[in-house]
Order: sequence, then C-alpha cells, then structure tokens
Amino acid sequence: MEILLSITSGLFLFIGSFLCISGGVGIIRFPDFYTRMHAAGVTDTLGSAMILTGLMFQSGDLLVFAKLVMVLLLILLVGPTTSHVLAKAAFHNGLLPQGLNTLSKSDDKEDTSSNT
Amino acid sequence: MINIVLLSLLVVIAIAIIRMKDLFAVVMLTGIYGLLSASFFVAMDAVDVAFTEAAVGAGISTLLMLVAITMTGRKEKVTRHKPFAALFIVLITGGLLIYGTLDMPLFGSADAPIHSHVAPRYLNDSMQEIGIPNVVTSVLASYRAFDTFGEVVVIFTAGIGVLALLFVPRRKEEDEKIASINDSMHEHHLVIRIITKMLIPFILLFALYVQFHGDYGPGGGFQAGVIFSSAIVLYTMLFGLSTARKVINQGFIQLMAAFGVLFYGCVGIASLMNGGNFFDYNVLSDDPVAGQHLGILLIEWGVGVTVAAIMIIIFFSFAGRRELQQHSENNKNRESL
Repeated sequence: MEILLSITSGLFLFIGSFLCISGGVGIIRFPDFYTRMHAAGVTDTLGSAMILTGLMFQSGDLLVFAKLVMVLLLILLVGPTTSHVLAKAAFHNGLLPQGLNTLSKSDDKEDTSSNT
Repeated sequence: MINIVLLSLLVVIAIAIIRMKDLFAVVMLTGIYGLLSASFFVAMDAVDVAFTEAAVGAGISTLLMLVAITMTGRKEKVTRHKPFAALFIVLITGGLLIYGTLDMPLFGSADAPIHSHVAPRYLNDSMQEIGIPNVVTSVLASYRAFDTFGEVVVIFTAGIGVLALLFVPRRKEEDEKIASINDSMHEHHLVIRIITKMLIPFILLFALYVQFHGDYGPGGGFQAGVIFSSAIVLYTMLFGLSTARKVINQGFIQLMAAFGVLFYGCVGIASLMNGGNFFDYNVLSDDPVAGQHLGILLIEWGVGVTVAAIMIIIFFSFAGRRELQQHSENNKNRESL
C-alpha cells in the first residue's frame, strides 16, 4: 500500500513537472502571443494540478489534504479564467494570431474587388 | 544558494526596469520585483514581511500604478539631454552608502547589537508578557505600538493627500450616463464576472482570517486590510465604479478611514486613563496577559479598517478621475460628430 501510494504520487509529480517544463519551453519557442499563451495557460494549469494531486497522495494529514484540495480548486478556477481574459484583452486590442495577420490584409484588398 | 539566485534576479529586474521605456512593462516588472523580494524574505524566514510585500508590493501597488498609467499614457517621455551631473551625484551617494555598510556587522553574525540587545528579550520574555505565539505581532502591536501608530497615520495621511488632489465632486445626473457606459463596456465580460463573483466571498473571508489569525501565524491588520480592499477593487473593476459606489458609499469609507486611526489612538488613551503608559495594554484588563490580548486585537482591527478604507479611497479616486476623463472624451467625440 505504502509503495503503491508513493509510486502513484511520483508518477503524478513527474507528469506535472514535465508539463510545467514543456510549458516554459513553449513560452520561449512558440511564434506568437496566442500560442505562447496557450503553452503558459494550458500546460501550467494541468501541470500544477498534477503536482498538487501528486502531493495529495503524500499528505498523511487530513488538514494538509484539505488545504491542497482548496489550492487545486483555486487553480482550476483562476488559471483558465486568466488565460481567457488575457486572450480576450489581446484580441480586443486588435492583436491577431500570426498568419491571420497577413491573411486579413490580403482579404482587405480583395474586399474592394470581390466580396467573399 | 537560493539567496544568490534570488538576489541576482532582483538585480537583473532592476536593470530591466531602468532600461525599459514602456511604462506598462515597467509596472509589471515592479510587481515581479515585489514578488521576488517576497520569496527572498521567505527564504530569510521573515514570513510576516514577505506576506506584506506580496500583498502590497506585488499586489495592490501594481494595481494602483496601472490605474495611474491609464490616465497618463503608456510611454515614457524621451529625454534628449544626458544628465551627467545627476549620475555623478548618484554615484557618490551610492558609494558613500556602500562605504557606510562596511561598518555594519556581517549578515547573520551572532554578536551584532540587534541580536545581543533587544531580540533575545523579545524572544525570551514575550511569551510570558504578551502570551501570543507570533513574536512579530507582539513586537509590532505591543512593544512597538507607538511606531505602528505612526505607520497607520502615514497611510491615513497618504489617503487624505490623494483625496485632496483627485477628489471629484459627483453630480447626480451624470450617474445614469456613466452607468450605461459601464454596462455596455462590461456586458461581454461574462466569464470573468461570474468567476469573480464566486471568488470575492472567499477573498473577504481570507482577509478576515488573516486579520484575526495574526496572533498565531503570519498576518495582521496591514495585510488583511490590503487583501480586503483588493476584493473591493476587483469588484469595482468588473462591475463599474458607480455600482461599487452604491455598495460602498464614499462618505462611509472616508469615515471608516478616520475611525480606524482614531480607534487605534483611543486604545492608547484608554490605557493612559487606566493608569498605564500610552499603549500599555496591561492595564486594560485585570489580568495583564488578557489585557495584552485585548489591546492587540483592538489595534490590529483599527489598522485593518484604516488600511482597507484608504486603499479603496485611493483606487476610487483614481478610477473616478479616469471615468471623468472618458466622459469628457465621449462628449468631445459627440460634439465633433
């Protein structure tokens, strides 16, 4: 039982830290704002959730477990919301995803000739 | 090792702040600077200071700076001249300050005056004299209550200054227009509004926990006040200033700011009346330790009320100015159309 718990916990921790690192790599490597934000938002939410779940397996104390559950709930609520708000704000201020930028410019030119 | 990493990151961020021209990025970096200092303080076991730094330095001051930027504009003014004289003076002052630190005892050395003089007394005797586990709180609220009173008065003065500079008397008929502008602005912010509605009760509850748990763990009036006001600020940002003013009346919040300071001072007066020194809580109750507990609870409450009220007042004043600006711009646009 003890061994099973620590193996599951270690597995969750490993996946979580891998996701966090890949998110960090993604922020640096991805080409434009939206993909970078995707890397930061999605992988970090899942990564920290995984790490917290892994820590839950190791908490012997009920109080520590409850605190971890609360932190997990907070992260699950706040993480996606912040990504959503960030993307929305960027989109409202006229930042278009890369690739779409040049596309819309050519669209504008075409708009004058043919309405597609 | 972790200290070195954190300190070098602090230096890097400080240089980046100086080099940046985009004020928005500068404010964000200042927030990161605050958060890094907070983790640095945690690494040095100063949890209370770290808590304050995280709440004030990284949290609310970043927010207030952002509100200020919405009024002033994003870009730093380009300076043509090279201020060599200023650089010279700064270099000399900095050199003198560093020279001054050479006389100080080494970091963490056991025979430094602070470790041989007051600290042992606080650590050894505070449990019998004050009877609360968090020594920081007993130093802050009992041994050094007069200093803390000064800090609260400073915060109060800052709030009054902002109020004197930025207070906008509100006319009734404009309220409806502003409210309609707000409604159209916030109609589509549905997700974040719902999430905020879910979170605000917990933030307020956490503020109260920090307020009343300050005797046992890190926390106290300053942090609790800032956290409480941050919940209100969040509400104001998402539901508009006029809605928030309906919840929290401007007059009421000004009254609360003054009341907190007055309440703090009155605890000191009460101990004078009972025959002790100013802020000597021993005389507040029959049992000295119970008196200390009562005194600390009361003055922390006064601190929390004042800090929360002043932060809300500052934010309201900034946001009110911003709203007025937007309003006049809209009017101009309408006239030009």
